Amino acid sequence: MGLKRYSVFAIVREAMSYHQGWERAWPWPKPKRKYDVVIVGAGGHGLATAYYLGKNFGITNVAIIEKGWLGGGNTGRNTTIIRSNYLQDPSAAIYEKARSLYETMSQDLNYNVMFSPRGLLMLGQTEHEVRGYKRTVYANNLQGVETRWIEPDEVKKLVPIINIAGPRYPVLGALYQARGGTARHDAVAWGYARACSAMGMDVIQQCEVTGVRSEGGRVKGIDTTKGAIDCDKLGLVVAGNSSVLAEMAGFRLPIESLALQALVSEPIKPCMDVVVMANTVHGYMSQSDKGEMVIGGGTDGFNNYTQRGSFHHIEETVRSLIETFPMLSRLKMLRQWGGIVDMTGDRSPILSKTPVEGVFVNCGWGTGGFKAIPGSGWAMAELMARGHSPLTEEFSMYRFREGKFIDESVAAGVAH
Amino acid sequence: MLTLECPYCGVKAEETELTAGGEAHLKRYGPGSSDEDFESYLFVRKNPKGVHFERWRHAYGCGKWFLAARCTATLEVFGTYPAQSKEPPAELQAKIRAKRPNWEGYR
Ligand SMILES: Cc1cc2nc3c(=O)[nH]c(=O)nc-3n(C[C@H](O)[C@H](O)[C@H](O)COP(=O)(O)OP(=O)(O)OC[C@H]3O[C@@H](n4cnc5c(N)ncnc54)[C@H](O)[C@@H]3O)c2cc1C
Ligand SMILES: [Zn+2]
Repeated sequence: MGLKRYSVFAIVREAMSYHQGWERAWPWPKPKRKYDVVIVGAGGHGLATAYYLGKNFGITNVAIIEKGWLGGGNTGRNTTIIRSNYLQDPSAAIYEKARSLYETMSQDLNYNVMFSPRGLLMLGQTEHEVRGYKRTVYANNLQGVETRWIEPDEVKKLVPIINIAGPRYPVLGALYQARGGTARHDAVAWGYARACSAMGMDVIQQCEVTGVRSEGGRVKGIDTTKGAIDCDKLGLVVAGNSSVLAEMAGFRLPIESLALQALVSEPIKPCMDVVVMANTVHGYMSQSDKGEMVIGGGTDGFNNYTQRGSFHHIEETVRSLIETFPMLSRLKMLRQWGGIVDMTGDRSPILSKTPVEGVFVNCGWGTGGFKAIPGSGWAMAELMARGHSPLTEEFSMYRFREGKFIDESVAAGVAH
Repeated sequence: MLTLECPYCGVKAEETELTAGGEAHLKRYGPGSSDEDFESYLFVRKNPKGVHFERWRHAYGCGKWFLAARCTATLEVFGTYPAQSKEPPAELQAKIRAKRPNWEGYR
C-alpha cells in the first residue's frame, strides 16, 4: 500500500492544486477469508498491537476488526493524560516504555499526534497523600522514571490559577513528572491505522464480531457481521466489551465495565500549561489547544454498557475542583460524554494468554490506558508473536488466582 | 438518573441515596476451598451486557442491602428484591424472560 508521506513539502505541493489532491488517509478494505492474526477492536491498543506485530516481527497478514469507527471507543473519549509515575515495578516498566515511545511517535508514524510533554502534577492535598506520593517518587527514582516532589510555592509558580490555601483541601505539594503531558487521542488511532494500512494490514470498520470459533481448545476464527473470518491467532482488545468477547470465546474475566465521564468548558485564553490531577477530590484538568478546560472525574459505581454516565458525578467533579481552582466557577461547561472502562480488582491491566489456545487478551486498562497505548502494543505484539514478553509477564489474567496483584489502586487514587 | 425501589422501606430511592455493591448471587467460598473457587468468588465476574443481578445498599435510607435486576445495555430496571433471596424470585425471572426472550438465565 503506497501511501504518500506527509511533510511540509506535501502541504506546499498540495497547496498548488488547491488541496484537491490529498488521497484517503487509509483504505476501506473488505475482509479476506483468512488472516494469520486477527485483532478485535480498533482502539489505540488494538491498532498499536497490530502495528508492532508488523514493525517488530514482520507479521503483516493481519486484520483489525472494529464494530464502530476508528478510535470511537475509549481512545476517542479520554482526557489524554500521559504519565508513567506508577508505584509498582511492572507498571513503571510498561508505562514508561509507552511514555518514551510517545516522545517519537509523530516521527515514527509520520502522523502528528501532538504529543505535548508539558509537565504533570499530582497534588498532595492530605498528609496521607503526601506520604503516598513521596513513596512513589522514591520508587520512581529506583525504576529510572524521572519524577520529583515539589513544594507548594513551586506548584503555585507552575499553576498560577491554583488556590493552595484550602481551607478544606490545601495543596501541600505535588508529585511532578516534567515529561508527562497529553497527546491528540484521535490522531493516535488514525496514525496507527494509517501505518498499519501502509504495511498491508486490513483495518475493517463497521464490522461487529459476534462469535469466536474454536476446535479442541484452539482458536479457528471469528464470526462477524461481514461474514466468517479464519485466523491462527486472535487478540481481543476491546476494553469495556472484554467480558462480552471472553464469553464468546468461552471464558470469564476478572473485569467489570463501568461508565467514566469527562467534560469540557467553553474555550478561554491560555491559563494553565500543565496537567493537574487532584485525586483527593477526584478531579483532573488540562487545557486543550482550543482553550477548553478538559476535566475528568471518577467512575460511576454500577455496571454499565451505555456510554452514558450519571449527571450527579459531573456535578460532584466540578464542585470539588472549584475550591482548588476558583476560576472554574465562572466557566460554562459545554459538553460531557462517557466511555465504558474495564476495571480489574487491582487496577492494573491484563495482557495474557487465555484458556483458549491462540486467543490473547489485552484489557483492564480501565480509567488510565491512553498513556499506555504504544507500550501495550509493543508488549502485546511480542506476547502474540513469541508466546511471552518481559513486559507482560506480571500482567497475566491468572495473577488473581495466585494472589500476585499489581496493586495500583492506592497509589493511583483516580488512575488516569 | 437511576431509581431503585428499596424492598424494605418501599422508598423509590435515586442513585445518590444508594451504594452499588456489584454482582449478586455469588457463591461465597470459605477456608479449604480451591484457588479457582476463591478466584471466582473474589474476582471473576459475569459482567454481562444485558440482564444483570446486583447488590445495592440503601445507604442514606434504611441502610440495608437489597438485590436488583437491571439491564446494563439500556439501564432498564426489572425489579428489586430482598438480599436474603437464594435466587431471583420466579415472577421476576418470568418478567425478564418476557422482555428478553434470548436471555440465557441468571447464572
Ligand atoms: C472519560 C474517560 C477519560 C479517560 N482519561 C484517560 C486519561 O486521561 N489518560 C489515560 O491514560 N487514559 C484515560 N482513559 C482510559 C483510556 O481511554 C482507555 O484505557 C484506552 O483508550 C483503552 O483503549 P483500547 O484500545 O483498549 O479501547 P477502546 O478505545 O475502547 O477500543 C476498543 C474498541 O473495540 C471495539 N469493539 C468492542 N466490541 C467489539 C466487537 N464485538 N466487535 C468489533 N469491535 C468491537 C469498540 O468499538 C472500540 O472501538 C479515559 C477513559 C475515559 C472513558
Ligand atoms: Zn430502604
